[in-house]
Amino acid sequence: MATKKTTRSSSGLVEKAAKAKINSSLSNEEKIKLLEDMIRVRRFEERSLRSYQQGKIGGFLHLYIGQESVATGSLSVLGENDHFITAYRDHAHALLCGMGMNECMAEMYGKATGCSRGKGGSMHFFAPDKNYWGGHGIVAGQTPLGLGLAYALKYQEIDGCAICYLGDGAVNQGVFHESLNIAALWDIPVIFIIENNGYSMGTSEARSSKFEDSLAKRAEGYDMKWESVEAHHVYVVREVTDRWVRYAKENSKPVLLEMKTYRYRGHSVADANSEKYRTKEEIQRYQETMDPINVFRKTLTDEGIIDDEKVKEIEKNAKEEANAAAKFADESDFPTVESITEDVYWEADNPDERKSEGRLFFHS
Amino acid sequence: MPEITYREAIKQALSEELERDEQVVVMGEEVAQYNGAYKVTEGLFDKFGGKRIIDTPISEAGFIGMGIGASMLGMRPVMELMFWSFSYVAFDQIVNNAAMVRYMSGGLINVPIVIRGPANGGTNVGATHSHTPENFIAYTPGLKVVCPSNAYDAKGLLKSAIRDNDPVYVMENTLLYGQKWEVPEEEYLIPLGKADVKREGSDLTIVSHGRSVITSLEAAENLAKDGIDVEVVDLRSIRPLDIDTVLESVRKTNRVLLVDENKPFCATSSQISHMIQLEAFDYLDAPIQRVTSIDAPAIYSDPLEKEQLPNVARVEKAVRSILDQVSA
Repeated sequence: MATKKTTRSSSGLVEKAAKAKINSSLSNEEKIKLLEDMIRVRRFEERSLRSYQQGKIGGFLHLYIGQESVATGSLSVLGENDHFITAYRDHAHALLCGMGMNECMAEMYGKATGCSRGKGGSMHFFAPDKNYWGGHGIVAGQTPLGLGLAYALKYQEIDGCAICYLGDGAVNQGVFHESLNIAALWDIPVIFIIENNGYSMGTSEARSSKFEDSLAKRAEGYDMKWESVEAHHVYVVREVTDRWVRYAKENSKPVLLEMKTYRYRGHSVADANSEKYRTKEEIQRYQETMDPINVFRKTLTDEGIIDDEKVKEIEKNAKEEANAAAKFADESDFPTVESITEDVYWEADNPDERKSEGRLFFHS
Repeated sequence: MPEITYREAIKQALSEELERDEQVVVMGEEVAQYNGAYKVTEGLFDKFGGKRIIDTPISEAGFIGMGIGASMLGMRPVMELMFWSFSYVAFDQIVNNAAMVRYMSGGLINVPIVIRGPANGGTNVGATHSHTPENFIAYTPGLKVVCPSNAYDAKGLLKSAIRDNDPVYVMENTLLYGQKWEVPEEEYLIPLGKADVKREGSDLTIVSHGRSVITSLEAAENLAKDGIDVEVVDLRSIRPLDIDTVLESVRKTNRVLLVDENKPFCATSSQISHMIQLEAFDYLDAPIQRVTSIDAPAIYSDPLEKEQLPNVARVEKAVRSILDQVSA
């Protein structure tokens, strides 16, 4: 059985990834766009954090800050028939697939102009027209759905695959293992990407998972290929994802990837102990040496295709866009009481095509 | 009209819908090469092949979740649960994912999945295999649930369920699989949410669903010998619910007995009772009574299990007590 051993990041790995066709063929504009994408995601989330602290956003707010290279790199290599789904740390994936800051911010404000009309909140962003199937709140609950997307593509003989993102805390849920087994058993082209930020909420990887070398190595038990990679450099993420997406589609096989990353903030903003289960130094060390935005900015600077002025412009635009989104969200209306019972049943929302009879809703 | 079994009626519905729509697949434990744990899917694998009729591992959360994901992309999977009792290991999928995705996406997604299988006690298999979760399902906005009491209804309801754009859960009954009813050869559909008066009567209305309808009809025949004329309304569909047919009957008979295999607390009949008192209070000549399963886990011991479930003797007794109360 061929499996990929854990690869440790080094400048060599990044150099190798940079030379891979998927990266070497990028135009300067496309490279700058990758940096811009990561900056936009971060500024959006920082702005949403302010709104949360102001009491404008309720519920949970799971920030992706520190992890941007993973979603940015992996989504950037997908084709038009590839679909994806993730858990509740879902803002980056939304913005990266083309959802607007306005609709995303408004959703978190619980406004009618939100992407889910104020019914989903931070954890439940969806854009099926952009192949984005959410945004799911229950740990690992999305894993069989991702499997099902890929199964449907295979059944419908569409040349595509599905990426199913999950956190490192999800790897111990039964349904994830059920999904791995079925994916391998039936040769389903699904790529499970563990976004391993080191912590299942406040419990470190070492205290929650038993494994040898890598969480992804569990794939071997299912005769499935896997790879584990330090994922702070967007070139590396692109190279790895592209290679395995092609493998999955060409061979109709599943893959389990582990992308090692780090989150600067708590599990959610409500996680008040985010600096108690780890040291400040640990966070600082990552920020200083492996921050995805800083690392890629340095790469592009070294390649001579970006300067400080351009970065400042990108930063300024992203901040302005995020501020405008907060203003849009703030000024938008809340949903109406009548809308509470909309979007429950397809039939109720499409009364002209309703075939059933009787009452669908029950009042007091 | 030919008489066919409840099992055969379901198989015909599956076969017809598989032929009609390529996006329909049948999936579940032992449905294909084994020909079905209850032979409901017998012959379908030979007829449609392994792409359409799929044996799954014993992995309910995994394969049901997979079916939900596939349905989001336009497939119409019909998932068989060997027992609805096994749905409990897939509860996150059947509730959080199938029912909530449409809502949380603000209406961008719909989940046209069917999950079907038997949900009944009375087979001497103990508590973990005897659940009747139609009340759990009906409790969840976004889900639909039907409980056919006979072969004709099973076929017509299942065909409608497969064509429905919302998740529909079909709860069958192993004790009915081998029983025969008249089913026409020509195609027909029964809309979800349409109750059926299975027996007309003037003295009292029994409202029931699933196999309890058969029990109620038998009790009604016995009572008729004593001149007691009972109407039996079969809900057929729990959600959507045809309460109007129930109310119409209640307004005619003025007395109600609800016969329900659920346990009494928060049973399907609890909701029916509430709605009758709310919407037909002035028509009631007696308190609404219920015959439900006795409130304990399903007992294994065979003669006791028959006592625990609604049975003809308990139904007859309850009817007489209501009528005695009125005349007293």
